[in-house]
Amino acid sequence: MRIGVITFPGSLDDVDAARAVRLAGAEPVALWHADHDLRDVDAVVLPGGFSYGDYLRAGAIAARAPLMQDVVDRARQGMPVLGICNGFQVLCEAGLLPGALTRNSHLHFRNRDQRLRIERADTAWTSAYTSGQEIVVPVKNGEGRYVAAPDELERLEGEGRVAVRYVGGNPNGSLRDVAGVTSEDGRVVGLMPHPEHAVEDLTGPSTDGLGFFTSVLKAVVAA
Amino acid sequence: MPQVVVDVVLKPEISDPQGQAVLGALGRLGHTQVTGVRQGKHFVLDVEGTPSREELEQIAETLLANPVIEDVELHLPEA
Repeated sequence: MRIGVITFPGSLDDVDAARAVRLAGAEPVALWHADHDLRDVDAVVLPGGFSYGDYLRAGAIAARAPLMQDVVDRARQGMPVLGICNGFQVLCEAGLLPGALTRNSHLHFRNRDQRLRIERADTAWTSAYTSGQEIVVPVKNGEGRYVAAPDELERLEGEGRVAVRYVGGNPNGSLRDVAGVTSEDGRVVGLMPHPEHAVEDLTGPSTDGLGFFTSVLKAVVAA
Repeated sequence: MPQVVVDVVLKPEISDPQGQAVLGALGRLGHTQVTGVRQGKHFVLDVEGTPSREELEQIAETLLANPVIEDVELHLPEA
């Protein structure tokens, strides 16, 4: 099982994401944003960071990188894609996920361990959890406030597209406490919190994040 | 060289915490007649020749603005 991790100029958490992939039992494959080569990977992770310094809008320029055209094409055919933090912003900007991430309502960068509720345990990246399960992983962002037009948000809730929700306090003013959303087919998931920073007792607040990376192993085999 | 100006503003239904912070500062400075601030972006494009309105709209809507949360206003050079 080969899981690609894309590095953009300004990516920070690509090495941690690759490490989480390895700990989950898959082979991490480094991908470069400017290539047109997905190197035969079975799934892709877009890591956190500040691609292009958040210029224009967070994730906006990275979403137009050459490799992203390949990611969009393969995702539409069912390849699992996970976007974490800046990666989530890139997926929204690329049109693979609905809504947008904007400046935190309190205008501060927020960095803390965050409790989350898994709302959808049937996506490619969350099947290792149970629906309603609560986990703790780090969250760290300045532009993490999830927004969408009111009728769009209503539609997303109706379709069960909210995959992960903040509980015990909303760190950025996200509408309806949305921490992460999924594509219609459950193959593409994006979230602002960082499961890849919670995969080992030594370095994380828990090992709760590992489930995202073990889930996709089953999703790829089943496909 | 002709210039095209593109203004990008958040849609009315999207809250603008930066604009609200500016409004708060204006109030503290005594400018109490200002009752609302919306912050946006202003792009000035130098263009060669005469790009079509369709192309400029595509530039504005596919890169300069995110249509999910922002509206654009195109200001074309005098013909």
